[in-house]
Amino acid sequence: MSLTAPPKDWYIKKIARDEKGWIIFSLIICLFMFFWMILWHVYGKQNPSSITYTTTTAEFTQLHQAFSDKYKIGEDNNLPVVMPPAESDVFLLGQMWSWSPVLVLKKDEWYTFHLSSKDVVHGFSVQPINMNFMVLPTYDYTIKFKPTETGEYKIVCNEFCGIGHHMMIGKIVVVNDESELGQYGITKTN
Amino acid sequence: MFRTCDITGFKVCLASQKLIRINAVFAVVSLLIAVLGAILLVFTRWQEVHLLSSPWYYRILTLHGLNALIFWIVFFEIAGLYFGSTVVLNTRFCSPLLGWVSFILMAGGFIMVDVMVLQGKADVLMTSYVPLKAHPLYYLGIILFAVGALLGVGLFFGNLVKAKREGNVGESLPLFTFGLMAAAIIAVMTLLSGAVVYVPTFLWSLGLIESVDSAWYRLIWWGLGHSSQQINVAAMIAIWYLTASLTVGGNSVNEKVSRIAFLLYVLFICIASAHHLLVDPAVSSTWKVWNTSYAMYLAVLASMIHAFAVPATIESAQRRKGYTNGLFEWFARAPWGNPAFSSVFLAIIGFGFIGGITGVIYGMEQTNIIVHNTMAIVGHFKGTVVLGTTLTFMGITYYIIPLIFRKKIVAFKLAKIQPWLFFFGIAILSVSMIALGMFGVPRRHWDITFSGAIFSHDFNPVIGIFWVLMVLGGVVAFLGALIWLLIVVISVFFGPAVNGPEDFQLSIAEPAPQADHGHKFIAPGTLVASLIFMAALLIFFFLNWKWLSAIWEIQ
Repeated sequence: MSLTAPPKDWYIKKIARDEKGWIIFSLIICLFMFFWMILWHVYGKQNPSSITYTTTTAEFTQLHQAFSDKYKIGEDNNLPVVMPPAESDVFLLGQMWSWSPVLVLKKDEWYTFHLSSKDVVHGFSVQPINMNFMVLPTYDYTIKFKPTETGEYKIVCNEFCGIGHHMMIGKIVVVNDESELGQYGITKTN
Repeated sequence: MFRTCDITGFKVCLASQKLIRINAVFAVVSLLIAVLGAILLVFTRWQEVHLLSSPWYYRILTLHGLNALIFWIVFFEIAGLYFGSTVVLNTRFCSPLLGWVSFILMAGGFIMVDVMVLQGKADVLMTSYVPLKAHPLYYLGIILFAVGALLGVGLFFGNLVKAKREGNVGESLPLFTFGLMAAAIIAVMTLLSGAVVYVPTFLWSLGLIESVDSAWYRLIWWGLGHSSQQINVAAMIAIWYLTASLTVGGNSVNEKVSRIAFLLYVLFICIASAHHLLVDPAVSSTWKVWNTSYAMYLAVLASMIHAFAVPATIESAQRRKGYTNGLFEWFARAPWGNPAFSSVFLAIIGFGFIGGITGVIYGMEQTNIIVHNTMAIVGHFKGTVVLGTTLTFMGITYYIIPLIFRKKIVAFKLAKIQPWLFFFGIAILSVSMIALGMFGVPRRHWDITFSGAIFSHDFNPVIGIFWVLMVLGGVVAFLGALIWLLIVVISVFFGPAVNGPEDFQLSIAEPAPQADHGHKFIAPGTLVASLIFMAALLIFFFLNWKWLSAIWEIQ
């Protein structure tokens, strides 16, 4: 009875065969799941980065501006369209309520993303592949991405950031080469 | 001052009974606010109706979260802690005066927070991540509530000391109170985290501190936000064991195992606040893997132990009463007419198969990438907190009304249906949300057609069906919750009094016979069910890792 003191022999009572078997089986599954996460770091291809830099909103905005100016190829809805070379650093800035700039990336190339916010906490959610990371002010989250499919992707903000939260949406285009830009409504102007 | 209960034989301290009653009443009021908010939110997320405006959507979402996850549950748990430490131990309340101080602080905080939110001065959602800023009185309200709750938890320990001194407990606490004690220890850690995070945030809102670091805030806040759900787990499982005793006369098949499992919760469960930081900057993979897995899944192991032990307790008792045919006669012949039993059994199924499986897999470091902040997370915790904790609390209330409020349950026939309505409603809602999250639909989002934005995104059109199912489940669950609320309020305030055992509509089962039931396994049916559960977990595990491997490469 769970409302009264346990029977005298409660501590020495033998554990039944099925209960003992279940506990051992559960423990094996638990350890399997734990080591699976570690092994995925060795053999898996999707692992969150452990690299973060502290920054200030002013410093990061400057880095983002310099990056946008350097690799700008055109404009889309008043946002710069930026096509950085493979292997380069990409500074993506979230703020109420936009992601800047619009990015053009090449398929199967690595890019080092730097994610930060100019104001409050935002959520970096790339659709439709459904890949999600957090973006915090004063922290530069440094993650390497390799796009594996061409196409148009949207960055939805999925952390509440004020009344215009639902309007915060950005764009990433992944291409094989520059000739495909027209398909995504991007004209190269410089 | 005591009365002796003519149904259970317990000595009931009258001062304690008053405190249990008032905290339970406030729990029900909080749930009512949460449920009214929930139905508005369901019809706003469903874009065909899109009921509320953007500011009111986030306002009601803030209100719903706080009332459902914090106020309803903590008020109920304080009532439960007082019950488990006084009535069950035939002990008087150590300090009724402080009990009232605790209640006034909690009630004051609760009212302050809800008023601020409804006035539109705290549109920051329940998590209130800095640097989003609310009115100082909002933060003060939460601090008052947390301090009141902490005092209440302290009084629980005070009652245990009193019971021990007065010789009302021997060497070991009853299992139910032991489980509550695990919940109370977790509550102390949780509420202290709340103080650590909200006091500086309050000072910042007053302009006395320049800034609060957003990563630090998230780390400590989840020490409150996630761990408070772990209090629920421990309290809920304590009630599962209690219900097994009350309804079928079962006692844990092995008390040592059950108690060790509670101990594992105390030791490891709080570090799982890392679940919320798996795709955050500022914390490393080593930190994430160790903490998110509760130190190699030792708290998950505890849940697996209870997942077997509680149904096994029921099965073993039923078998000893003679229901020994096949694997599941004990199950078919269980007291399904007792709404407390059906609530708890449905809660076990929902908590395990929906909340538990998704929780373990979404809480793994890498798989979190494909679900973080999507509707799948909301679906997960509807499975744990609503199907598990809330349904359990609803169920045990059917005993509290006659035993503590001394009132008959009105519309008892409706009470028998209510757990099923609520279970199926939330189960459909929850599974639909999980499906929506799999397609990338964000949580906490007013408009996924992105009206007014420079770009748009069309989610896979198949989500239309899941929105409809979500609304359907939401409406059914709303009815289930409303029936429960009406039964409780009408019974407590206007119901006929219970004047003796003849007015008691439920029953308290005699302890099952001690003799062995003759099967070589203590609970073969439960073992088979547990293995089916593990198979479901492994299937969902591999599906999610398969989906993860399809996205971009990430380093």
